[in-house]
Amino acid sequence: MTILNLPPAAEPNSRGVVHLRVLSEKGEPLPGAVLPDLSPEKWLSIYRGMVLTRVLDGKMLILQRQGRIGFVGTATGLEAAVIASGAAFEPQDWIFPALREGGVAVYRGMPLVEYVGQMFLNCHDTSKGRQMNNHFQHRGSHFVSWSSCIGTQLPQAVGAAYAAQIRSQGTVMCGYLGDGATSSPEFHAAATFAGVWKAPVVFVCIDNGWAISVPSSAQSASRSFGSKAEAYGFPGVDVDGNDAAAVYRETRAAVDRARAGGGPSLVALKSYRILGHSSSDDPTRYRDPSEVEAWKAADPIDRLGAFLERKGWLHADAAMRLRESLEAEVDRAIDEAAAAPKLPLRALVDDVYARVTPRLVAQHDELVRVLDRFGDPTAAEGRFPL
Amino acid sequence: MPKLTIIAAVNNAIATAMRNDPRVVVFGEDVGKKGGVFGATDKIQAEFGEARCFDTPLSEDGIVGTAIGMALNGLRPIAEIQFQDFIYPAFDQIVSELAKMRYRSGGQYACPVVVRTPYGGGIRGGLYHSQSAEAYFTHTPGLVTVIPSTPYDTKGLLLSALQGEDPVIFFEPKRIYRDPALAEEVPEGMYTVPIGKARLAREGSHISVFCYGAMVPVCLQAAEQAEAKGISLEVLDLRTLCPLDEAAVLASVRKTGRAIVVHEAPKFCGYGAEISALIAEEAVDSLEAPIVRVAGFDTPFPNALENYYMPDARRVMDAVDRVMSF
Ligand SMILES: Cc1ncc(C[n+]2csc(CCOP(=O)(O)OP(=O)(O)O)c2C)c(N)n1
Ligand SMILES: [Mg+2]
Repeated sequence: MTILNLPPAAEPNSRGVVHLRVLSEKGEPLPGAVLPDLSPEKWLSIYRGMVLTRVLDGKMLILQRQGRIGFVGTATGLEAAVIASGAAFEPQDWIFPALREGGVAVYRGMPLVEYVGQMFLNCHDTSKGRQMNNHFQHRGSHFVSWSSCIGTQLPQAVGAAYAAQIRSQGTVMCGYLGDGATSSPEFHAAATFAGVWKAPVVFVCIDNGWAISVPSSAQSASRSFGSKAEAYGFPGVDVDGNDAAAVYRETRAAVDRARAGGGPSLVALKSYRILGHSSSDDPTRYRDPSEVEAWKAADPIDRLGAFLERKGWLHADAAMRLRESLEAEVDRAIDEAAAAPKLPLRALVDDVYARVTPRLVAQHDELVRVLDRFGDPTAAEGRFPL
Repeated sequence: MPKLTIIAAVNNAIATAMRNDPRVVVFGEDVGKKGGVFGATDKIQAEFGEARCFDTPLSEDGIVGTAIGMALNGLRPIAEIQFQDFIYPAFDQIVSELAKMRYRSGGQYACPVVVRTPYGGGIRGGLYHSQSAEAYFTHTPGLVTVIPSTPYDTKGLLLSALQGEDPVIFFEPKRIYRDPALAEEVPEGMYTVPIGKARLAREGSHISVFCYGAMVPVCLQAAEQAEAKGISLEVLDLRTLCPLDEAAVLASVRKTGRAIVVHEAPKFCGYGAEISALIAEEAVDSLEAPIVRVAGFDTPFPNALENYYMPDARRVMDAVDRVMSF
């Protein structure tokens, strides 16, 4: 019998875990729950970031279906986990992201045209067309380049935190990871080092229910992802990841503790990947549609929106206008990015080393000579599988 | 006989082995219900159950390390690494353990594990879904390294690997996994293709072209183009990189007097260097022109410019012209 993975509730789940919540599904503050102390502007910026993330995902998926870009890994359904956690860090803090945190880069100031340009792999892509799509970076807001190799960013975040410590920067490092990444050797190394060094790092684990087709229940026999921290000697919490207020409050507490010298934390956010692993995955092969429906009904944007409306900070028509204006903004970024020139051939050999080696210059020139003889190569026939 | 693509031949080989040998198990990330991200284990779990075909937690290190333990205790594990690019967390288990268990134990212990992994570019996967790292493994004594290029060989070599006594790193050319032009009739049931034997993919007289995996169809295409110009290419599909069929390489180059080696991996210290050195050491007297390597650039694998990075027929043809006009 398969156990359905359902949204957090007041009573403990099958492993006896209760996820921290602040807002009810309808956006009412729960009795006795402590709300994070935020200005209406900050609440609205979080809401805006969440809606923008949803809009970007939708538009990128359309581009993907039109064959204009290759691959999209969405955060649909995860917007509270992604944006409300990202919003708990200060501008000087660094983010070591995984696949689905591009919305945090935008929240922190990455221009939309760079986001879209990365998807188009053209001159607006700061990786110069080398990374796969959906692999964002933004040095200006300390949003560090990620490989695709699950977990590798985590020890790096710990090292950066150590450097921040000995350089007395007062900076906190954020290492994002998925439920799947908790099984990687890098997670173990990162958590071990962070604990021993009392490094100013916050691990934000977004448990979206799945690592491609492997359910998070099969990823670990631990009681919960948050409970893993205990073995490494630092605090961990399990939070309802669709409750933006709880996500912000718990992440912020961990960030404040790290900045004050209290060492690392693990914030585990339980949420759900509403769509496939990526634009090329068919999740109906491996999951129960009733699970997806239950999580759709627990939508994080609706939940925060209802709270803001209750507070009188956001009216339904303003929410609608916000969404429309964000859609228009993204459309403009798409038009601008799509019009950008392709990458020059030099992008093949630049940046391998600080200075292009003579051997690489020769290889580049050799390629130019062959292209002069025969013309441009044809597109490869393969298609990305997942 | 059914016509199968390369990926269907992998699937068919796994099912065949599991039907014939109850010790065979297959596992990795997403190999169960999903049937693998490329479909290599499609319907395997449904037929053989969750004890013999299963998903693992996300750790390649764990996948290969546990495969070694299973093999030590009598199973015949097939460990899937989802993309070759993600094999590195398991590098220690492969290089320090898998490759050396027999030697360090004086033959007391052995681990006949088959590590299957899709390699190579052409799917717009960027730096980390496109690599060809065969040379790391061929440089490690104790490992057998196989790269098929046809559906028939894929099944026959995988079945050989599963009957062998040594660990095998089995690289699958993912770009041509589903290429309908390569689909061919593949026998049902058991048969094997010997490990350590190259295949003459096309007979010729002017230049020997040594290649493997996804570069074989590229070289055959070049051979067609060369023929139109009156140049006859002999294309040798190496199939097993280690142990290399040295006799076949040397016999071919002694016949033609010219050699081109083609691979997708970076040129510097790539597998082509070994072939070139072998020829230089053993058959330099029969050479009428310098050996030429056509390879990926000495850079990480790009994304937007991947079609420029990967050798294609025009780059092979350019090498052909250089060799013939020497
Ligand atoms: C080391 C490594 N192994 C395998 C993969 C292939 N892969 C890509 S994403 C993924 C699942 C990741 O799951 P999780 O950490 O939960 O992140 P999510 O995609 O759910 O956000 C896998 C197995 C990889 N990228 N890196
Ligand atoms: Mg996940």
